[in-house]
Amino acid sequence: MTLDKAKRGQSLKISSIPSEMVRAQAIRFGIAEGAVVVCEQVIPAGPVIIRRNKQEIAIGRGLAENIQVEFY
Amino acid sequence: MHCHQLGININIPEGARKIVLAGNPNVGKSVFFNAFTGLYVDVSNYPGTTLEISHGLYKKDVVIDTPGVYGISSFNDEERIARDIILSADVVINIVDAVHLERDLFLTQQIIDTGVPTVVALNMVDEAQRRGIKIDIDLLSDLLGVPVVPTVATRKVGLEQLENTIERARRGNIDFHLDERLKSMVDRVGSQGEALLILESDPIVAKRHGLEPGNDREEIYLARRERVNDIIGHVVSEVSQGASFATRLGRWMINPLTGIPILALALWAMYELIGVFIAGDVVEITEEVIMQGMYEPYIKGLVGRFVSEGSVLGTILIGEFGLLTMTVTYLLGLLLPLVIGFYLSLSAFEDSGYLPRIATLADRVMNFLGLNGRAVIPIILGFGCVTMATITTRMLGSERERRIATFLLALTIPCSAQMAVIASLLVGVGGSYALLYAVAILTLLAFAGTVLNRLMAGQSTPLLIDLPPLRLPMLENVVKKTTTKSIGFLKEAAPLFALGSLIISTLQVTGLLVALQNLLSPLTVGWLNLPKEAAQAFIMGFVRRDFGAAGLSNMELTAIQTVIGLVVITIFVPCIASTLVIFKERGRSEGAFLWLTSLTTAFVVGGILAQVYAAFQNIWALYILCAIVLLVAAVIGRLPGGPKPLTPVASGTGRDHCG
Repeated sequence: MTLDKAKRGQSLKISSIPSEMVRAQAIRFGIAEGAVVVCEQVIPAGPVIIRRNKQEIAIGRGLAENIQVEFY
Repeated sequence: MHCHQLGININIPEGARKIVLAGNPNVGKSVFFNAFTGLYVDVSNYPGTTLEISHGLYKKDVVIDTPGVYGISSFNDEERIARDIILSADVVINIVDAVHLERDLFLTQQIIDTGVPTVVALNMVDEAQRRGIKIDIDLLSDLLGVPVVPTVATRKVGLEQLENTIERARRGNIDFHLDERLKSMVDRVGSQGEALLILESDPIVAKRHGLEPGNDREEIYLARRERVNDIIGHVVSEVSQGASFATRLGRWMINPLTGIPILALALWAMYELIGVFIAGDVVEITEEVIMQGMYEPYIKGLVGRFVSEGSVLGTILIGEFGLLTMTVTYLLGLLLPLVIGFYLSLSAFEDSGYLPRIATLADRVMNFLGLNGRAVIPIILGFGCVTMATITTRMLGSERERRIATFLLALTIPCSAQMAVIASLLVGVGGSYALLYAVAILTLLAFAGTVLNRLMAGQSTPLLIDLPPLRLPMLENVVKKTTTKSIGFLKEAAPLFALGSLIISTLQVTGLLVALQNLLSPLTVGWLNLPKEAAQAFIMGFVRRDFGAAGLSNMELTAIQTVIGLVVITIFVPCIASTLVIFKERGRSEGAFLWLTSLTTAFVVGGILAQVYAAFQNIWALYILCAIVLLVAAVIGRLPGGPKPLTPVASGTGRDHCG
């Protein structure tokens, strides 16, 4: 499924991130493909907030719709 | 030597080393910088950008600050500058947030991979401790291969030890495979740092050596990420703790139900400080009592002894728009206090970690305008001062977004000075008219944003933003930032202001001011249904838009005339300071286009309102008009086949400003 479908509290494994540039930035934040993250918050029709250990990042909905994740 | 690498003009004394401070955003770098250099700090402008780099002396060495970045490459101006300064460093002091090792150590390892001698300052260890994070510092130092010093910079803990450790800075451990590859590249380009960036597909560094950038950024990044995660797995042990108040507050700030009231509260506090206290009480003293009451009579008397006030030179120097009178009064008496209040709030917002949360909250709304949530920051700042807000559009991820944001700012956002005048005028016209003003401006904002998003080629970048932990901003740091930025503003604005008053004085002396007024009258009377004198207000509006709005307040206007006049003056050309900043930021042709578009739009929108009102004699017709325009905007936004913004399909996303 895609990240925008995630619900708060779910543990997810990132299986693919589109666009090289976004991947590079995400790796710097600690969120590479294959990383396991927790969905912290979903803003209705807005960004999805994911967390890996202490690192939280907000991902716009348009991008979240293109990030493939699986339950972990 | 690769002297071109540094890029900025810094005087390096004979034998001095370049000690470079590097780190992620908001790790307390500036506190270290201040501790090392004390009061004597120079600020240089980095060529081709408007970013300022501070540097100062520490003993015999030069300490150079860098912009906060998550990694060094060519993704944006900040990274390019940080990259060049780090590559030219003799020693790097890498400041790391102990609470955020996952994020921060990526940059640390990248710096180590460049082969420059490094010391790590593990900052905010007290906070890490409070959060139950235990870090084995000796092991971290062993694994990285560089000295690690625990610090709490805000309380000056560990700074002395850090100073003593600079001498022990050394090249850290590099992944075996990467090291092998680096060695063969170093043979070709001479420097390990440049070799690394070429392997990491940095187009600019590769070009310097006439090489094609490598294709292995992702591979190297992934390996580095894995290495960093592995190090963290070894050195960090966590005692789990419940969500702290700061964590919960952070969540509330993002959730629309709680986030919108919190934002409203924060903006209200900012308005109370800048709009009420400073624009009212403080400016009353600085502008009216000090500048107009004491300074202006003094300077008029002084200059008047040599030049008559009525002469051409007198008018230019000490007349109504004089270089020594209006320019100085406006700059020091009115603008400077506002700017200081503004930067105080902004620095506090920045240091607390609130800004990225506002961006997250607003992301969805901003998407309609072809922007991502980050753009809400310049827009909010625009209500303070459009000129400064225009400068902050630099933080946006692509040229396209910067263009849209600058356009919307120039077109629709009234600055605080103008707002004050507008508000006082709207009070007099009653609720439905006052609301009409707001609805008309918001309609234009939505319409212009949608159309720009539609017409402009390319794609905007999606929101991908780090949410740092919330922290109480440190007063000392906020004050220091405010001082530096306010001085920078004065330096930038003073010549612009002088130029503006020179132009207006010249118009006045040559009689062109009156001529222009007559020239404009068919437009004002025939098209906008305003009295002839309104032209005067628009001419004033060229200098400053609040001037223009104030000009309207002295006129006998009906309620609808007031609203139309205000709509026109709000959309009207940006003030001289803004215009010049727009030209500087966006280039001449785009600046001129924006300026003329503002001017045309102002009269077109005002005229349509006036003509529709004249036809129906009913203000509800104007509300319906706004609703229709919004509907059209919604349809335009949803038409198939246009650019699909904010979804990263092409690999070039966010890269179009690399040139």
